[in-house]
Amino acid sequence: MTGLTVRDLKVVFDGFVAVGGVDLDVPAGDVRFIIGPNGAGKTTLVDAITGLARATGTVTFDGQELLGRKVHRIARLGVGRTFQNSTVFEELTVLQNLDIAAGWHRGPLTLLRRRTSIPPRVQAALETIRLTAVRDQLAGTLPHGQKQWLEIGMLLVQDAKLFLLDEPVAGMSHEERDATGELLGELSRDHTVVVIEHDMDFLRRFARTVTVMHAGRILSEGTVAEVQADPRVQEVYLGHSVEA
Amino acid sequence: MTLVLSQLFTGISIGAVLLLIALGLSLTFGQMNVINMAHGELIAAGAYTVYVLQKVLSGAGLSLLIALPVAFVVAGLLGVLIEVLLIRRLYARPLDTLLVTWGVSLILQQVFRDVFGAPNVQTRAPSALTGSIHVTDDLVISSSRVFILVLALVAVAALTAGLRTTPLGRRIRAVVQNRDLAAVSGLATGRVDRLTFFIGSGLAGIAGVALTLVGPIGPTMGTNLIVNAFLVVVVGGIGQLKGTVIVAFTLGIVQSMVEYTTTVSVASVIVFVVIVAFLQWRPQGLFTLRTRSLA
Repeated sequence: MTGLTVRDLKVVFDGFVAVGGVDLDVPAGDVRFIIGPNGAGKTTLVDAITGLARATGTVTFDGQELLGRKVHRIARLGVGRTFQNSTVFEELTVLQNLDIAAGWHRGPLTLLRRRTSIPPRVQAALETIRLTAVRDQLAGTLPHGQKQWLEIGMLLVQDAKLFLLDEPVAGMSHEERDATGELLGELSRDHTVVVIEHDMDFLRRFARTVTVMHAGRILSEGTVAEVQADPRVQEVYLGHSVEA
Repeated sequence: MTLVLSQLFTGISIGAVLLLIALGLSLTFGQMNVINMAHGELIAAGAYTVYVLQKVLSGAGLSLLIALPVAFVVAGLLGVLIEVLLIRRLYARPLDTLLVTWGVSLILQQVFRDVFGAPNVQTRAPSALTGSIHVTDDLVISSSRVFILVLALVAVAALTAGLRTTPLGRRIRAVVQNRDLAAVSGLATGRVDRLTFFIGSGLAGIAGVALTLVGPIGPTMGTNLIVNAFLVVVVGGIGQLKGTVIVAFTLGIVQSMVEYTTTVSVASVIVFVVIVAFLQWRPQGLFTLRTRSLA
């Protein structure tokens, strides 16, 4: 079984059940959107898959069990993620950010040498995320949208096969959203993509399948049309944010 | 005037020792966000390394030269041991870490007493460093203090270059800036932590070697210095090399000047008052790491 498989995943913080028994299948090559009201457990689910939150149950990716592994080991199996609020190494340049993500397989001895040329993979990622012109700028000085792209570029160079993107278009302008959508389209050709998103318009345009979470559980799953027609979704989700 | 200059130089050399200690502290504090109370005993470990090497080797100059790398490794490994056995297990529990490493500090002091005896021990300074340099007819500075100053400056330069230009240094900075992001980018953060502890603790060992040139070696020699080193780290801004350098030298000079005109205790009181006042004005220290805006 390829792709991401989650069975009976539970995350409990001090007695509070953030994720209460989630089953999820994302087949290889899918573009899955996960939506749900605030506090539904979407980010916690991603935290559990990537090892940042302690969880019970099973999570397998390409046949490998992820739970119980260290965070960097999970990353090296090809599971990549971004964070909300465009999280990059602010005090390092764009190129250095990519170098860190690309460099986990470097041996300890090469780490003491200065790099003299840009590896082709890093150069290709710079072009994909459209940041070649600002590669020597400190990442902290980039506009919000470009930071989000840098995060995606870091996943590209670290050889992620599964992209878990936490609100990749939050706070972006219309043009930036469109550009990000295009980027997602390019990515989905040879990666599996899971997107947590609040933006319904963005979802309708780019999602292949949708999973709706509510109160730590899966409420509904299917195509955009199927999910929108589901009365439980209309009751719970749209009731919370009518304007979306 | 000569007197002022000579006190100024003494201050600079006090500052140099403080700098070596504070650099190590700042590195480990920035990395793990915990205070290693046993850092002072790592200084003593470095100093006792010189003492032991002098027992084994006869030449004072040779043993000092060998002691520099050996003390770095001894103190570094001791620091890594503390990190692996205790600090990493108490991650995100800063108060417990404080208490536990304080306990380690007491244990190490007792170990030094049992092994080397409670009274201070002396080492011989190499003949090249026992003399003094006549800058003018009146102004005389001791060569050992010059040596310490050079040692500290070399350490700062090496550390800065290492952190700035090598991929390894960038990894350390990446983990300091955002541990979770570093881990999900595939970095083995645990290994970076241990490496940082090794370097930071090793610098304490180097400071210990330097101190054998200007004073006696004793089980509690580190405790006396560690408070001032903490002040340097806090006032300089945590994780900021530039701030650490400036504050270390300023503190050394102020202390030596005030000490000369008054007494040691009055000098300490004045330094503390100045620092408390400074932190009221700038609680984040002289320089701060730019943090993510909340907007």
